[in-house]
Amino acid sequence: MALEEQGALTEAVFYILLALHQPLHGYGIMQGVQELTNNRVVLGPGTLYGALNTLVEKDWIKPLAESGDSRRKQYVITEQGELVFQQELARLEELVHHGKLVLRSADHEKDSD
Amino acid sequence: MKKTVIKFYSNFEKEEQWLNRMAAQGWHCTDYALGRYVFEKGEPGEYIYRLQLLDYPAAHAESAAYLAFLEETGVEVIATWFRWVFLRKKAADGPFEIFSDRESRISHYKKVIAMLLPITIFNLIMGMRALLDGPRLYSVNLFAGVIAIFPLISYYQRTLLLHKEGRIRE
Repeated sequence: MALEEQGALTEAVFYILLALHQPLHGYGIMQGVQELTNNRVVLGPGTLYGALNTLVEKDWIKPLAESGDSRRKQYVITEQGELVFQQELARLEELVHHGKLVLRSADHEKDSD
Repeated sequence: MKKTVIKFYSNFEKEEQWLNRMAAQGWHCTDYALGRYVFEKGEPGEYIYRLQLLDYPAAHAESAAYLAFLEETGVEVIATWFRWVFLRKKAADGPFEIFSDRESRISHYKKVIAMLLPITIFNLIMGMRALLDGPRLYSVNLFAGVIAIFPLISYYQRTLLLHKEGRIRE
């Protein structure tokens, strides 16, 4: 299950899970991610569609019951997805922490020379 | 203003590049069937074109769901041809790529190879028979088979390159 999966998430999956902390349809995810990353991450519709289907299969996100006049399917993160997302966030924080730690001590050595 | 161009491409990426060159000159493809492309004159560079091979024929429910999803994102489906779809999006909306990561690009190339390879092998075998015992009809197979070898090599090389890059970068 989720806790045993230790591999890094792809950038697309990371941002999809992040965006789905609120209910969104596909286009909303694309726009939200693009805005957040200042146009750096532009999800291709083919990539996004494939990822959404895979994430639904894994039960990391779920489609919301289609409501009212909106024909577009909305998705939201599940508890399982939240767990995976938190793990990934912790892993990324560790990377950043280690990176800064080593660079800082390298700087100190330079200073004391 | 409209014009029709008859052209046959064996490499879908070359075909895509050509459609985008035409679009840059203001000729926007609006329909395709059996090597016949219909173009309409408009603003140069108004659209970006992409071709995609789907898992199922365009009329299949799975494909229909995907095409509906594409249209939600501002992508226009201008033509379908068996499992191929011809897509375009307004250039003003920003860059348009169907696949934005390595894995999905690789799997699309693999899908195209898996579709093309058995047909090509069949054509080459039939074509060999044309060379050996001579029913002239099979020389069409030989021609089709030989022509398909080049795009197959190109797609394969692209997947290798993507795999190589994938070892150091997501």
